[in-house]
Amino acid sequence: MNHHSNSPLLKLRGIIKTYPGVRALSGVDLDLAPGEVLALLGENGAGKSTLIKSIGGAISPDGGSIEVEGEALPFNDPHASRDQGIGIIYQEFNLVPAQSVRDNIFLGQDLTRNGFIQAKQESQKVRDLLHQLGLDIDPETLCRNLSVAEQQLVEIAKALLLDAKILILDEPTAALPPHEVDSLLKIVSELRDRGLGIIYVSHRLEEIYRIADRVLILRDGSTVIQCPLDDLSREEMIEHMVGRKLDQEFPQRDRTHQTESDLKLEVNQLGRGRRVKNISFTAKGGEILALAGLVGAGRTETARLLFGADRPERGTATLNGKPLKMKSPRQAIREGVCLLTEDRKAQGLVLGRSVRENFGLPNLPQLSKFSFIQQRIERRLFSDFIDRMKIKVPHSEQLAKNLSGGNQQKVVLSKWLQSESKVLIFDEPTRGIDVGAKYEIYQLMHDLANQGKIILMISSELPEVLGMADRILVLHEGRVAGEVENHPGLTQEDILNLAVGSSVGGDRRSA
Amino acid sequence: MSSKGSSKSFSPWKLLSENGILIGLLLLCALFSYLTYEEQQPTGASAGIQVADLIQDRYSPGSNVLIIIKPEPPEQNEFAQAASQALQEYGHTVVEIVVGAPPDARQAWDRLKAEGKTVQAIAATQDVSQWTVFDFMEGFDRKNIVRAESYNWPTFLMRANLVNIAGQIAVIAILAIGMTLVIITGGIDLSVGSLIAFSAVVSCWFIQEKFGAQEASTMSMIIACLIAIAACGLIGLFSGALITTFDCPPFIATLGMMMIASGLAFIIAEGQSIYKIPESFKWLSHQKDIVESVWDTVRFGMGPKDLSVPNSVVLMLVLYVITHIVMTRTTLGRYIYAVGGNREAARLSGVPVIFILLFVYTICGALAGLGGVVLASQLNSGLPTYGLMYELFVIAAVVVGGTSLFGGEGKITGTLVGAFIIAVIRNGMNLTNVESYTQKVVLGLVILIAVLIDRIKKKGLMGKFVTALKNVILILGRMVRSSD
Repeated sequence: MNHHSNSPLLKLRGIIKTYPGVRALSGVDLDLAPGEVLALLGENGAGKSTLIKSIGGAISPDGGSIEVEGEALPFNDPHASRDQGIGIIYQEFNLVPAQSVRDNIFLGQDLTRNGFIQAKQESQKVRDLLHQLGLDIDPETLCRNLSVAEQQLVEIAKALLLDAKILILDEPTAALPPHEVDSLLKIVSELRDRGLGIIYVSHRLEEIYRIADRVLILRDGSTVIQCPLDDLSREEMIEHMVGRKLDQEFPQRDRTHQTESDLKLEVNQLGRGRRVKNISFTAKGGEILALAGLVGAGRTETARLLFGADRPERGTATLNGKPLKMKSPRQAIREGVCLLTEDRKAQGLVLGRSVRENFGLPNLPQLSKFSFIQQRIERRLFSDFIDRMKIKVPHSEQLAKNLSGGNQQKVVLSKWLQSESKVLIFDEPTRGIDVGAKYEIYQLMHDLANQGKIILMISSELPEVLGMADRILVLHEGRVAGEVENHPGLTQEDILNLAVGSSVGGDRRSA
Repeated sequence: MSSKGSSKSFSPWKLLSENGILIGLLLLCALFSYLTYEEQQPTGASAGIQVADLIQDRYSPGSNVLIIIKPEPPEQNEFAQAASQALQEYGHTVVEIVVGAPPDARQAWDRLKAEGKTVQAIAATQDVSQWTVFDFMEGFDRKNIVRAESYNWPTFLMRANLVNIAGQIAVIAILAIGMTLVIITGGIDLSVGSLIAFSAVVSCWFIQEKFGAQEASTMSMIIACLIAIAACGLIGLFSGALITTFDCPPFIATLGMMMIASGLAFIIAEGQSIYKIPESFKWLSHQKDIVESVWDTVRFGMGPKDLSVPNSVVLMLVLYVITHIVMTRTTLGRYIYAVGGNREAARLSGVPVIFILLFVYTICGALAGLGGVVLASQLNSGLPTYGLMYELFVIAAVVVGGTSLFGGEGKITGTLVGAFIIAVIRNGMNLTNVESYTQKVVLGLVILIAVLIDRIKKKGLMGKFVTALKNVILILGRMVRSSD
């Protein structure tokens, strides 16, 4: 292979991207050489996805430059990126489920003669490509019949067909079972040895240590550090990702206003399918109980069971001794349980309706008389919340879609506060929310806990878990892996060790 | 609206975009009024009263008046009745009402003269006044023929025509209520056209076969109609069940029901028209009745005496008022919008999504059944071929009325205006002699324009334009590159 040792394969300078209300990227530099794996690290919302999308031409940066082998790449042109040899495997695959592996790999660039597809030649080529990746399947298999790992390889094959020089993998192992991870990492290192430049995005430091040559850490849209992997200790890496001191990021809980509460939620051997195997725990009024764990550990699924969004197959739950039916969200709301979903846009709000209507939606039974909505009362109650929670809206008829993430979250919160829930389940409460609004939402959570409510907080951000929780329940593959009281000595490592379900130590740097 | 509402800041563009369809309807009315502006002859009772007024102005009290009319059409007689009644109220004497041809007028004149009666004025209808026979009547001056004055007025805006439009639209507008609800939840119901036929056939079959055909009592006719409406509601409920429990796409589920309902209608009617029903079944499509009796008590002697609005139109308007209140003021309405706007978010907010969907499809079916009953009443028979293509007219009315096919948005008042736009265009084209093939093309264009306006309103015209331009440049660029 021809290694361009003097000019980097990919060179980004000063990439800037601003979304309304959020600076996603503020001047990011990145260099990638042929035959190396660059690990792209950062917390949720640090700007990793935005950076990848900029390289892939899916979005248009507001400033900066991208060069591939010294040649400038136009912004917002996915075809140009592809033609320049950039292949991106997103977390969400771009495969057509009802079409064959061959059709998917050749989608948009079929081998044709006189307008007819040369199926035989295509099949041969597909077999070759998949063989290189260690996958032996019939090219005519429909993609929907493939496992997740196989689909991922088909995506990689698609990129290789285009002679990709740069391969970007966005959290490739997030959805893979553990034994598939090893084979994927092997394939990645083989591709590196063939001279491809690879950008590898992952949260799992363990994988980074096994595969990466260099790391680039993003925080709040800027490059914190870009250096060889060996220059950083694991602790330094986490520090760079997390950045600020924890006590600056989270408000101090003022426990003088704490009201006594005898609320008690008991969950007993709850289970459904493979995602939630057996969950039991107890939560008391006035405490914030965090549910921690890796993606796929069953945290959100557990919350959905408690809220009746999915029906549990096994197990029971009681609130103050009274059994929760867990039949439907409507029933759960009546029993005083509410869920602030992680995906506000898809599950929390009706974006095309006004914030006032969204606020009223779960509360209509209380707000109406003979099923006629008392709009004056609804308006008055909501404007109280606008003042109390400092929701930034021009007026209560504003459509929900026109609000920033933080304000949307406050609207969602206001509707559940009005419904006087006793158990509030926050699923990733601060995802995609800027720092200022985050702080306000943390304060509100403290207030609610002080009022004696039960707060369950699901969070993938360990600093948030450590900064907010009274107690931490760590889940691993649908079971409770451990339960710890939060004390100042507790570290992210301690939680991570429980989350991976084994005693993975900090000393696996030997790879 | 609200004190904090969007109505606070006034901008003409906002006014235009929010009331676009209403303005469109008014513009259409203006256009057809202009195109049909022509000389109108007053006829019937109003002409008679006008003539009496003219005579009262020009002649001294107690004059003798001769009224001359033709035997046909019935408006001539209405003219004579109204004129003679009004003249007598004014204190004039109507010496005779002559009904017939010019010779009859001459004979009457001669006879009156022989009897020594003087006639100061002749009240005549428009066509009678043009007879040449008056020039040959001795001692009579043409100036003394009094007739109603012609005036210029658009045919489109004649009351008879407006009532005609309302009557035509009643069935489609009633169906469009249910369709609006279904489309707001993000679905579609293709079965409504067939349900019209099904309902018409079922109601008429019960009257003819079970309730004594022409001798059927009013009560039994009402029961027959209720059975038909309930049956259609059940069919709607069934579609809803397919859509909710089996996750069947609404398009497919209701397409199946459309064929089933149409087939059932043919089977029940054995492919024939069911027509042995009492005349009184026409009551729904009758004019006057309800409105007339209410109007008589309310008008206090003011305004026009005769407000001929068909009962079906009254029914339609009442349904629109009820639905509007339900959609804007009640829990049910709020839930329907929420289900269409974001089904999952609605469910997680405690909205009984399945119940709402079942409800909406049931109502849509039942209203289609009601539409079928109205149509059967208008035509006093049930035929399995009724309602052909109606689902498309209904969907068109809803879409033109501004309801988004993606769900979550739409107003019931918009649908009413949409239904009227379609009726006005059809009626206007008939009045201006546009042939029926061209009419189809125009209606299609109207639907497309309405949808385009909706999209542009959402995306912004400039944004759309820029995206389109950018795509063109990109494609051109690629073509140049690949041709190298």
